[in-house]
Amino acid sequence: MREPMITISGLSKSYGNFMAVDKLDLTIYRGEVFGLLGPNGAGKSTTILLLLGLTEPSAGQVSVCGFDPLLQPLEVKRRIGYLPDDVGFYENRSGLENLVFTARLNRIAKEEAHFRARKLLEEVGLIADADKKAGTYSRGMRQRLGLADVLIKAPSIIILDEPTLGIDPQGVREFLDLIVRLSKEQGITVLLSSHHLHQVQQICDRVGLFVGGKLIAEGDIDALSAKLFASDRFVIEAGIACSNGDPLSADRVMLLADSIRGMEGVGSVSFTEGTFSIGCDRDNAPRIARVVVDAGYGLMLLQKKKYGLDEIYHRYFEGGGAYGKTA
Amino acid sequence: MEKLLDPIRLFITRAQREVTAGRSMSPLHPFWVIVGKEMKDHVRSWRFIILLSLIGLTCLGSLYTALNNIGTPKAGAPGQAGNFFFLQLFTATDGTLPSFIVFLNFLGPLLGIAMGFDAINTEWNRGTLSRLLSQPVHRDSLLNGKFVASLLVIAVLFFSLTFLMIGLGLLFIGVPPTPGEFFRILSFALLTVLYVAFWLNVSILFSVRFRQPATSALTAIAVWLFLTVFYPILIRLAMKAFAPDPGPMAVLDGSIVGYQRTVLNLLRFAPGQLYSDATTTLLMPVVRSLGPLTMEQVAGAIPNPLPLGESVLIVWPQLTGLIAATVGCFALSYASFMRREIRAR
Repeated sequence: MREPMITISGLSKSYGNFMAVDKLDLTIYRGEVFGLLGPNGAGKSTTILLLLGLTEPSAGQVSVCGFDPLLQPLEVKRRIGYLPDDVGFYENRSGLENLVFTARLNRIAKEEAHFRARKLLEEVGLIADADKKAGTYSRGMRQRLGLADVLIKAPSIIILDEPTLGIDPQGVREFLDLIVRLSKEQGITVLLSSHHLHQVQQICDRVGLFVGGKLIAEGDIDALSAKLFASDRFVIEAGIACSNGDPLSADRVMLLADSIRGMEGVGSVSFTEGTFSIGCDRDNAPRIARVVVDAGYGLMLLQKKKYGLDEIYHRYFEGGGAYGKTA
Repeated sequence: MEKLLDPIRLFITRAQREVTAGRSMSPLHPFWVIVGKEMKDHVRSWRFIILLSLIGLTCLGSLYTALNNIGTPKAGAPGQAGNFFFLQLFTATDGTLPSFIVFLNFLGPLLGIAMGFDAINTEWNRGTLSRLLSQPVHRDSLLNGKFVASLLVIAVLFFSLTFLMIGLGLLFIGVPPTPGEFFRILSFALLTVLYVAFWLNVSILFSVRFRQPATSALTAIAVWLFLTVFYPILIRLAMKAFAPDPGPMAVLDGSIVGYQRTVLNLLRFAPGQLYSDATTTLLMPVVRSLGPLTMEQVAGAIPNPLPLGESVLIVWPQLTGLIAATVGCFALSYASFMRREIRAR
C-alpha cells in the first residue's frame, strides 16, 4: 500500500482576478520523485508555497504527512526540506555557520549540529570552503550548500524549486543523481519543480504538467503521452515523390491525403514540402506505405516518432494548439 | 558515486531515527537561537560600532560640560534641591553643549531606527527569509527575536553607559550618589531603553512594510523629524487660533491654564515630548508637575524635592503612553507580517 505524503484537494489560489492555482488535486506518495513541469508563471512555485504554509490558499485543502500547513505549520516544516529557486544565505557568515544555524532552528543540539554540518559539507563537496563566507560562494556552490541545508534536518520530504537553475551540465547531473539516490535509498519523497523537461524526464517517477494554474495531466511519461495524445500518439512522417520525377500536383496530393485520412486510427494529416505528417493512435506505418505506393508515388522517407516530453512540452506550453494545427 | 553516498545514507538513517526518538531535541528554543544570532550580527556590524562611538562621545562630551557647570554641592538639610548633586551630571549645561538627556532625546531614536530599519526587508532581499521561515519556526518568533535581540543590545549599551557616567562622575566630583539618586538614574536608563525600543519598533514596522531598506530608513527618519521638529511647530501654529485673549479675565476664569494644558497634551502625542517630560521629572526631583500651575496652586507650597515614588507617579501616564505606542507599532508589524506571502526574492 502506497502511503500518501502530500495530499492536495481542490486547492486554489488567486491574486485578484488572476488564478495562480486553479482547483488542484494531487497526491504524492512516499518515496516518489514527482516532477512539477510547467512554463514560468504556471503556478508551480505558488503550489510549493501553499504546501509550506508560506502563503494562504483561497480555497481547498492541503495535507502534508497528515498535517495542515496552516494549522500546524511547525509539524509540516519539521518534515519538509525546502530549497527555493534562488536560495540565500547569510553572506557574512561561513557556510558552516549557516548550516549550524539552520540545524539549531530545528532544535538540534550545538555539537550534533556541527557534526552534521561538517558531514554534509563533506558530502556535497564543500568541506574545503566550509569556513569561507557564504557571500563568496559561486552559484553552484550556493546550490550545493542549499542541498546540505535541506538535508541537515533529515526531512522526509524534499521540495526543490528549480534546483538546477544556473548550474553547469556536469553539476546538474551530479545534483540530480544525488537527489534520486537519496529518494530511492532513504525513502525520501521528492517534489521537484522545473521547466527543464529533460531533467524531469530523466529522474522523475511521475510528472505533473502545469499550465495556467491547472494540472492538465499527471502520470509517468508513457501514461502522459497516452493521455495527451489519445488520437495522435504516434506521428508518422512520410516523404513522397512522383515515381517518374515529375513535380507533385496539388490535386493529386489532396486526393492521397483524403485516402490516408480515411484510414482507421488516423487523427490529423498535414502536408508540407513533400512530406506528410500523420498523427495516429496506433502504428500505421506499413499501411500508410502501401497507400502511398498504391497511389503511384515513390516513398522517399518513412519515420515514426513517439511522443516524448519534448512534444508534450511544445504542444502544451508553447504552441498551445493541437498537433494538427501546428505541424 | 556509490562510495560517496554511503556516508550520506548512514547519516540520514541515523538522523531520522533520532528525530523520531526525539533525542535531538535541544533545550534551546529556536527563538533564542534567532536572538543569539541577531545579537551577534549587531555587535559585529559597522553600523553598531559607529553608533556606539557616537553615543560614547556624546556621553564624554556632556560629562565634560556637566562637570564644568555643576558648581559645588550646597550644604543644607538632606533632601533639599542642592543635595541631588549627582543628578546634575545628567542635566547640567551651560548652554553651549546640550545636556546628556537632551542628547539622548536626539540620538536615541537614531539608534533605534538604525538597528531596526533593515530587520525584515534585508532578509527578504537576500533570499534568506523563505529559507528561514521554512524551518520549524513561528513567524512571530522571527519578529520577536529581532526585536528582543536589538532591545537587549540597546539595554546593555545604555546601562553600561549610565554606569560609566556614574563611575566617571564619582571619580571627578568625589561625591557618591545617594540610593535615591541611584535609583532615579536606573529608572532613567530604563526609560531611555523604552524610548529607543519605541523607535526600534517603528523602524521594524517600516522594514516589514517596505521592500527597500533605504525607503524604510528614510521613512523612519522622516517620521522622527516630523515628530521632533515639525509637529511642535504645527501644533503651536494651529493652536494660536484658539488662544484666549490675553488679559486679566483669561487668567481669572482659568482659560489660559486650560489652553496651555491642551497645547501640552497635544504635544505629548510626540514620543520625544513624553520622553523629555519623563526624564526631566525623574532627574530633577524638584519638578512636581508637568502641566501649568497657577499661583494659587503654588502658593504655600514648600519647594521640596519629591521622593522617587512620587516622581514616578507623575510620569506614569507618559510611561504608559510610550509603552502603548511601542505595543501599537508592534501590533501593526504583526498584522502585516503574519499572513504575508513569503516568496523567495
